[in-house]
Amino acid sequence: MGSIARIILQRLALGLLTLLIVSMVIFVAVNALPGDFAQQILGQGATPEAIEAIRKDLGLDQNYFLRYFSWLGNLLTGNLGISFAQMNFASNMGGDQLIGVAEQIRPRFMNTMFLAGVTAVIAVPLSIILGLLAALYRNTVFDRAANITTLSSISSPEFFLAYILILFLAVLNPVFPSLSNIFDGMGFGDRLNKTMLPALTLTLVVTAHMMRMTRAAIINLLASPYIEMARLKGISPMRVIVKHALPNALAPIINVIALNLAYLITGVVVVEVVFVYPGIGQLFVDSVKIRDIPVVQACCLIFAAAYILLNLAADIMSILSNPRLRHPK
Amino acid sequence: MSLLTILAISLIGCLCAAWVFRFSGQVLSDQKPFFRDMPYGVAFGYVLGVAVLAWIIVTYIGAKIAGFPAANKLYFFVKAVEWFVIFAVAAVLFRILGRNLGTAGMRKLFRSMPLTASFGILIIILYAIVSIFAGWIAPYGQEQVFAQANIPPGGDPSTGGNPQFPMGTDQIGRDIYSRLIYGAQNTVGIAFATTCLAFFIGGTFGFLAATLGGWLDQIVSRTVDVLMAIPALIFALLLMTIATVWANNFGIDRTIFMVVIIAVIDATRVYRLARAVGQNIVVMDYIEAAKLRGEGLMYLIFREILPNATAPLLAEFGLRFCFVFLTIASLSFLGVGIQPPLADWGTMVKDLSQFINFAQFAPNVASAPLLAAGAIALLTVAVNFVVDWMLHKSSGLKE
Repeated sequence: MGSIARIILQRLALGLLTLLIVSMVIFVAVNALPGDFAQQILGQGATPEAIEAIRKDLGLDQNYFLRYFSWLGNLLTGNLGISFAQMNFASNMGGDQLIGVAEQIRPRFMNTMFLAGVTAVIAVPLSIILGLLAALYRNTVFDRAANITTLSSISSPEFFLAYILILFLAVLNPVFPSLSNIFDGMGFGDRLNKTMLPALTLTLVVTAHMMRMTRAAIINLLASPYIEMARLKGISPMRVIVKHALPNALAPIINVIALNLAYLITGVVVVEVVFVYPGIGQLFVDSVKIRDIPVVQACCLIFAAAYILLNLAADIMSILSNPRLRHPK
Repeated sequence: MSLLTILAISLIGCLCAAWVFRFSGQVLSDQKPFFRDMPYGVAFGYVLGVAVLAWIIVTYIGAKIAGFPAANKLYFFVKAVEWFVIFAVAAVLFRILGRNLGTAGMRKLFRSMPLTASFGILIIILYAIVSIFAGWIAPYGQEQVFAQANIPPGGDPSTGGNPQFPMGTDQIGRDIYSRLIYGAQNTVGIAFATTCLAFFIGGTFGFLAATLGGWLDQIVSRTVDVLMAIPALIFALLLMTIATVWANNFGIDRTIFMVVIIAVIDATRVYRLARAVGQNIVVMDYIEAAKLRGEGLMYLIFREILPNATAPLLAEFGLRFCFVFLTIASLSFLGVGIQPPLADWGTMVKDLSQFINFAQFAPNVASAPLLAAGAIALLTVAVNFVVDWMLHKSSGLKE
């Protein structure tokens, strides 16, 4: 058990180090912007005095190292700064109720997690069952049809799938709403109903990869002697696959599921824009368009953290499920 | 509720029909092994397949003879079925053509080719022709603005169309048909150039790292690790934010920045593959022999490693092209990619997307954004079909 804990700790430390470097990359990239944040906040007609004041306020007159570490320090205490759009609004309208980026992001992050969760609940069982069936009836019409369908759905752009679903399930046959206007205090059923179309779109995108991996992992094992043995004992093909092949094929399947979950959290951007789903992806795109640097920075870091964490989880799970990796030579 | 009931009833019907099918098959064929050993699930699959096929045919014929309101509802269904059949027939014809024409090697290639791959090759050839000769094929220029905006597609004057503009005009009066054709040139051309650049960068560094090893390998590999830790689309969006400011400040076209940014991000993936493939080749005896002969680094990379790494790199080129193409389309769709007045499919989808809501009343109007999105999907699906076949062939998997 000691070795497992050590491996997990090692991986976690490595992940944290990666995240730290990623935060540096993001900081450098954002600060490579020519011109000044202060100029951007106040717009073209700003007086030099006002710019100077804002620069002092934001700490832009300090050198890069100090700014990076103060940004990092604020990050660790959950203070992600204040968005430029808010600041602009406050300076023009005289409002003083500023909402920090952290408060802005939190509800949207929960929405995105909800969307990813609903998608995972649909997509993971579906793809494993389809993969099992495709492995069971390999090289039949069913296998070919499933292969062609999933390959087509994975290679289409997300917005194409989204609009096809809107066309058939929202406009022509009004089953689900085409816009996901989700707000706080909504009932679970209502929320689920409005999340359904984006979740179905994402399901179409991620199912193919997981299904093909499940099929390949199982077929890979079917040539092994112990499967031959089970077959010669007279066990039914379904039972051979579910009881004998599946447990040994779990490692690659878990790995690909974790990778696809990582994709779900980061790949939601386009889908959220299509359905106007109030998630973190939508916020990110909006902030990119108006160059709201603090929000872009924070969203980027959150996406990167989720991505690294899930990849890490995939890594650890595959080590745990494979004794040969647990005891490296 | 009624939909669920219909689904449940048809499911139970299929389950019963499957049992009847198997039982009658066993009795009528006098216990032939095919029916005797058929699992119940397989019988159900056959019945379900036949039922779905029958439903498609019945609905298609029903839509053809139905009147105005019902036909509108099934317009897209009918179109989808028709295009599917047209593409399938075209792929079959193309494969027959390939099996009987050309050199012996080509004929042999076509004989072992699945239908999906020949469909893919046909589509890729079509796209190449359209994008190279866009200037001659398109009736109007991509930036040409006409007086009549928002003409619906169809070219039928009774529904508001104009025969001069078979696919209508967009919100400021540009011909959609011409813009779709020019879109092939711009979107596909830019994606192709980006992929080539990504392969140049990634391939060069990958092979260098594999042959030289040591500190160069360490530095590049760790940098690539960090770059790959940030999700590709997110990183591209972040860098595009910065690039727009630079583009405005220095007066350089934003598209150039986009090409470089996406090429660098995708080069990290190419690097990984090129390095892995290169490392497997570097340990071979013939490389050792070439080194002992005193060949230089360039000779090793271009004459020894590259020819042996062509197959996996070619397959990766197809996949990478799809990813780049989809990334560019997504960026344009989000409004930070290829800039107007250049015609581009992603931007067109975004601009025309609200017309989908008219599908109930005017299906031809709603088809405009789907055409642009479909054009993107068709190419990526085609490339993926070809790559899938190539990988299957080169891996020697017979399963």
